[in-house]
Amino acid sequence: MSQRIPVTELTGDFRQRAKEALGDDQLRTNFRNAMDSLMTKRADAFPDEEEREGLRELGNRIKARALSRLPDLLEQLETRLTENGVHVHWAETVEEANRIVHGIIERRQGRRVVKGKSMVSEEMEMNDYLAGRGIESLESDMGEYIVQLDNEKPSHIIMPAIHKNRRQVSRLFHDHLGEPETDDVNELIRIGRRALRRKFMEADVGVSGVNFAIAETGTLLLVENEGNGRMSTTAPPVHIAVTGIEKVVQNLRDVVPLLSLLTRSALGQPITTYVNLISGPRKPEELDGPEEVHLVLLDNGRTGAFADAQMRQTLNCIRCGACMNHCPVYTRVGGHTYGEVYPGPIGKIITPHMVGLHKVPDHPSASSLCGACGEVCPVKIPIPELLQRLRQENVKSPEEEPGVKDGGAKYSRSERLIWRLWQQLNSRPGIYRLFLWGATRFRKLTPKKAGPWTDNHTAPVPARRSLHDLAKDHLARQGGQ
Amino acid sequence: MSELFYDAAPNATRVAPERPVPRHYPAKPTEVILFGTCVVDLFFPEAGLDAIRLLEREGIRVHFPANQSCCGQPAWTSGYVAEAKAVARAQLEVLDAGLPVVVPSGSCAGMFRQHYRELFAGDAGMLEKVERLSEQTFELAEFLVHVCQVNWQDLGSPTRVALHTSCSARREMNTHLHARELLGKLSNVERVEHDHESECCGFGGTFSVRMPEISGAMVKDKTQSLMASGADEMVTADGGCLLNINGSLDKQGEVFRGRHLASFLWERVSGAAKEEVA
Amino acid sequence: MNARNNILNKLRAGLSGATPRPDDFDERLVTEPWQYAPEDRIGRLRSLMEAVHTEVHTVGSKDWPKTVAGILSRRNLNNLLYAPETDHGKQLGEHWQATEPTIELVAYDRPVEEWKDTLFWGVDASITGTVGGIAATGSLVLWPDRHEPRLMSLLPPLHIALLRASQVEDNLYTMMQRHNWSSGLPTNALLISGPSKTADIEQVLAYGAHGPKELVVLVIEDE
Repeated sequence: MSQRIPVTELTGDFRQRAKEALGDDQLRTNFRNAMDSLMTKRADAFPDEEEREGLRELGNRIKARALSRLPDLLEQLETRLTENGVHVHWAETVEEANRIVHGIIERRQGRRVVKGKSMVSEEMEMNDYLAGRGIESLESDMGEYIVQLDNEKPSHIIMPAIHKNRRQVSRLFHDHLGEPETDDVNELIRIGRRALRRKFMEADVGVSGVNFAIAETGTLLLVENEGNGRMSTTAPPVHIAVTGIEKVVQNLRDVVPLLSLLTRSALGQPITTYVNLISGPRKPEELDGPEEVHLVLLDNGRTGAFADAQMRQTLNCIRCGACMNHCPVYTRVGGHTYGEVYPGPIGKIITPHMVGLHKVPDHPSASSLCGACGEVCPVKIPIPELLQRLRQENVKSPEEEPGVKDGGAKYSRSERLIWRLWQQLNSRPGIYRLFLWGATRFRKLTPKKAGPWTDNHTAPVPARRSLHDLAKDHLARQGGQ
Repeated sequence: MSELFYDAAPNATRVAPERPVPRHYPAKPTEVILFGTCVVDLFFPEAGLDAIRLLEREGIRVHFPANQSCCGQPAWTSGYVAEAKAVARAQLEVLDAGLPVVVPSGSCAGMFRQHYRELFAGDAGMLEKVERLSEQTFELAEFLVHVCQVNWQDLGSPTRVALHTSCSARREMNTHLHARELLGKLSNVERVEHDHESECCGFGGTFSVRMPEISGAMVKDKTQSLMASGADEMVTADGGCLLNINGSLDKQGEVFRGRHLASFLWERVSGAAKEEVA
Repeated sequence: MNARNNILNKLRAGLSGATPRPDDFDERLVTEPWQYAPEDRIGRLRSLMEAVHTEVHTVGSKDWPKTVAGILSRRNLNNLLYAPETDHGKQLGEHWQATEPTIELVAYDRPVEEWKDTLFWGVDASITGTVGGIAATGSLVLWPDRHEPRLMSLLPPLHIALLRASQVEDNLYTMMQRHNWSSGLPTNALLISGPSKTADIEQVLAYGAHGPKELVVLVIEDE
């Protein structure tokens, strides 16, 4: 049975959590099946390699263009949105963003908030912040709702409750909503629909994320399948959108390829059920829609990543989740093991800028650098290259200039010494050959235990003679050098 | 096209590199250098020797410079740049000799071809050498297929093999395609697919000792699917994966094993196994 | 305003010495793979929409209200939310008056606040127009306005949408260009590509998550 990992009880380090997750057969089956199916769906959605690669390159250039003009585009977005009647707010930290959101709700004397899916609000831990101030903040995406009911964090950015199976959801609905248990997913969704519809109707404020913010027109674009995003942004009298500063694109037409890349990479869909373009609040003559629309632009470490041209590429991310779907590590340990808002390969490269390497020192190492993530990234973020860079930052000595927040988190004198010895061994041919001679001659003395390696393997025993040795003899016989 | 707009400022926002154009292959040379790789050197020397034999069979004289050691990948992927650089420098001394360099490991070949550039970024003097080495580096299977254009007679008895390709070899060198092509030339060899064939075996260099639990789960899955494939054995063109997969199989008490592609190929085309039987 | 300045200053510092990247948008990449002969557009749209559980009917510009009545009575529905001020609303109203089916026509003619309960719980179906369709992705384009508000396509369990065959474009890019979206979007523009759905539990697809459980598209062949 999958164990619950409540928000407040995350303990141990990455390796410890990974160990627990690996021991949970149900969890591993849930993830393996889900990731296999998502990989198949993506592959089917891109049948033409040429088309896919051309589109990925276009996506990459659109994001690079936007980032190369980011401050100007943010100002343009602000100007257009303001002209359209949308209030724009800026926040450097999650605390600031929460204060802004709370302030808006307070002014309206709001008590009930419904939320569409928003990873930035997860960054902010907005639900907890508002709950602490007597405001109910309810997730309305089915997966997020399930996760919130169980006091958990999402384990996947697109499929928040992917770690749970129907029986677990059924029990949850039984315990919290008093519904009879059922194995029928349609019935479970019907229960969720009924419970949440009342909430949509009664909500004072709707909160959402943003997929793309279009500077040219002052438009917020949101994608979704369920309709809860539209509900949250249409039914309550106030709509607050929260987003990271990297979500802005220059032109409306830029979203055409990005949208296609996003929905096909995420779930293999040609398009989501709803694409919702919001360019302003309800006009006086209109009969529905929010009277007030706010946009909160959040930094939370993004400017730190931006300052480094290599790490800036992390801001290309359009949050499709394809990197985690294709990651052999994520597939085995699941999202909660990462212990942070953004799991998987993308989480490993963006989280350090938000919380510092000290909080996630093991993340850069938790990868075989197999490259599957970079291969599928729709905006061509060189994820393995950036992981490698973070490993460099991680082992910097205190004397070196850190290039990332809390660089040097994994610095160890003894480990550096080992690599120095390795360097001597491999850059001095005489010493290297002496080593080969010794290792082959005394192969019988190879220890049976070789650290963590022998947890999974028998100890490797050197050959009787090295290739250096064999090649020398062989080539001499051939009349070679 | 993007070079037109290339902005050399260190702060310039980066775009992804252009897709690599299909590699242009030279005519078969008369001499090559073999870079054995440290793992083959110490653990699978026969594979290195078989690589030499395969090349010699094509009428090529093989040099094995005694001053070679490791490509530097372990330190590079662990974040120890200065250490990796020193080792890379030593290899460049030996390998930048105007001859093609054949490597019986896709990931080490990829290190030469792709990552030395990153390692020596900004060092114009070294980059010249790096570019030359990059041009001259060939993974063994790639070299046999495209440069030697081998045409073989399979002297072995019928067998079924599963192919495992190291991830960096697959993504940086297309080694899976080249290995498939070579196996396809052998009339008595049936290549079988295994479940999640393109998935990593869990080696990842130091990953296997830093994250032994996850790495162990990955290699366990890999060995299970290899054994379930119906293959008689596994072949791979990468010593690291071989060390990982065989070490795990041994620990599990299984008899199924993997073998380096070079050894497998040499056995088939030289009839070595046949001789033994006879 | 401090946060704003700090953020912008940090970003500007990060870009010092660099020039903005040029706009090298290559529209062929988003148009060429998604072009169809005019006679194939509807077929493409239909097959994509049907694949996501949407019912598509071809109807005449005169007799479509009869089809609507049929759809509703087959499902034993009691009422239909409509927009009386639109052309199609008027046509529907006339048909209703002439044939007086038992199904009640409900006009969306008041602000949502005045009848939220009815809208959220008491409406069985709705009918709206569209400003066009997109063949590439099987999508409807809606620009809700004062006469035909946003919630009409969201709250009722059944949403019927009218689509003129001549207004189906090849892809989103040509749709944006044809109607010059970049020079002005309404407060809310929507692409709808099927009924509301979710796969959040075990990836099992379930329709009617929060929005309509059913979507019916009536394609009006132009005379």
